[in-house]
Amino acid sequence: MASFYGYEPKSRLFLGTAQYPSPAILAEAVRLSGVDIVTVSLRRESGEGGAGQAFWSLIKELGVRVLPNTAGCHSVKEAVTTAHMAREVFGTDWIKLEVIGEDDTLQPDVVGLIEAAKILSDDGFSVFPYTTEDIVVGGRLLDAGCEVLMPWGAPIGSGRGLNNLYGLRTMRQHFPGTPLVVDAGIGLPSHAAQAMEIGYDAILLNTAVAKAGDPALMAQAFAMAITAGRQAFEAQPIEARDMAAPSTPVMGKAFLS
Amino acid sequence: MGVHVEIIGAGVVGLACAAELLDRGASVTLHERGAFAGAQACSWFAGGMLAPWCEGESAEEPVIRLGGEAADWWERHVDCVVRNGTLVLAPSRDRSELRRFGQRTSHFSELDGDAIARLEPDLAGRFSKGLFFEGEAHLDPRKALAGLTERVLAAGATIHFSSEVRASDLSGAVVLDCRGLSARDELADLRGVKGEMLLLRSRDLHLGRPVRLLHPRIPLYVVPRADGIFMVGATMIESADRGRISARSMLELLGGAYALHPSFGEAEVVEIGVDARPTFPDNLPRVIRRGRVIHINGLYRHGFLLSPAMARMAADAALDPARILENLHSGEFA
Repeated sequence: MASFYGYEPKSRLFLGTAQYPSPAILAEAVRLSGVDIVTVSLRRESGEGGAGQAFWSLIKELGVRVLPNTAGCHSVKEAVTTAHMAREVFGTDWIKLEVIGEDDTLQPDVVGLIEAAKILSDDGFSVFPYTTEDIVVGGRLLDAGCEVLMPWGAPIGSGRGLNNLYGLRTMRQHFPGTPLVVDAGIGLPSHAAQAMEIGYDAILLNTAVAKAGDPALMAQAFAMAITAGRQAFEAQPIEARDMAAPSTPVMGKAFLS
Repeated sequence: MGVHVEIIGAGVVGLACAAELLDRGASVTLHERGAFAGAQACSWFAGGMLAPWCEGESAEEPVIRLGGEAADWWERHVDCVVRNGTLVLAPSRDRSELRRFGQRTSHFSELDGDAIARLEPDLAGRFSKGLFFEGEAHLDPRKALAGLTERVLAAGATIHFSSEVRASDLSGAVVLDCRGLSARDELADLRGVKGEMLLLRSRDLHLGRPVRLLHPRIPLYVVPRADGIFMVGATMIESADRGRISARSMLELLGGAYALHPSFGEAEVVEIGVDARPTFPDNLPRVIRRGRVIHINGLYRHGFLLSPAMARMAADAALDPARILENLHSGEFA
């Protein structure tokens, strides 16, 4: 199993905790899918004065590892402040770092991301950066102290799957020893399986499960697809070819015509 | 001599319980910490939509089923119920949200742009697809609270305003605790889900029914009230804060209203409302009997939609100590 800052999760599915019909349904999804890392977004206003304490208590009751995130932050300063608040609230150095650069696509501001990653890494955080599949940016994030990269599959919440399969493959080949997580844009279990088949270490998703008609069932479906995709990767898939290759030996076949 | 019931809290739940008990021949005393009914209740800031099918988009089955009782009950008890249905719209770029909404709900018809314009002439040309939930209704929450107050007083109830009590302070044989989020002192798994709303006044725009505008990030609704007032709501934030609106929420609400119709840009901001909804971990309401005290709580964002059914269950429990209560709990933490 891949190691994320020294932690080896049981499941390669990381689940976001927003937008579920209720915390009870979220808990059911976590339990039935066997997830053991969940992300939680923090809003400034919920952090101050502990007004969001009740929801965080429910998250803590899940008994899984929490990866707080800086969702919705648009500046380095905002992201850094939110990360510090998250460390205080959840007692963890882990932080999923999101610095949004564009509102329609929620595309990461990779310049701000690198800057914030450096500040937080220097401050002792274990940073999980939400980035694009750009390998130069990926290299800079590693230089900044990140030990995990989380490229998008497609824009957050869009459910479009792997928009740039070539780019994601290149990234995998370029960073063979770095844990890579496809974060965002996944809509279907088959999208997740595809990312695992090309060698990604884990999948982080939220909307595809939370907004499904039956979130717990969908979480299970994703968990199975991710296991299947990982096993396929480890089993070394065959290469596609242009012409048919009969699977039954033709040697010794009777010629009747 | 009928049964006497003491009720703590004159928000929508306490008042609905009082009305239901009076209907059934019990006598009632209410204790309300605020100076008038609703003064310190989150129902004061409610949208007042009686929209069980629309709520089915995200809520579980009991909300749809129990919410189906609401419009008739309210019509029997107050005179501000409007049965004009609900219109659900999405900007063209978020058309997939409309499809998703339609897949999760029932009891609607699909409208094209012309049909939307016939229903809401002021929205003509702005939306080309919508869903119409004809059987739904809405009311003005503040009028409903006042109407219910008048009604229970006329039926012989006593209301002690500015009276903050707990069940242990009362000696009655049956006490209904309808304190909402304040009951966290006795219901440990109750949490607050913050909601922010605006009241806008526009003389240029007329809507006949609540309109929900779907958007992946800021689903919002606009409910028309008398005198050109529109209620724009509501955020859902995991926070028990009751005190302030954030600039971000204000932007989202106003941006949504403006996307529905640009004339909201000229509207007057009449009021900013903030409160926290009392909510259990499954976001479903509960009637909990603890000896002589019956808690009715956790109506979340469905205060007006579910208080008739919860009042019915509470009255069943209050008038029949042997009554087995329906278990609405769902999933984990239950």
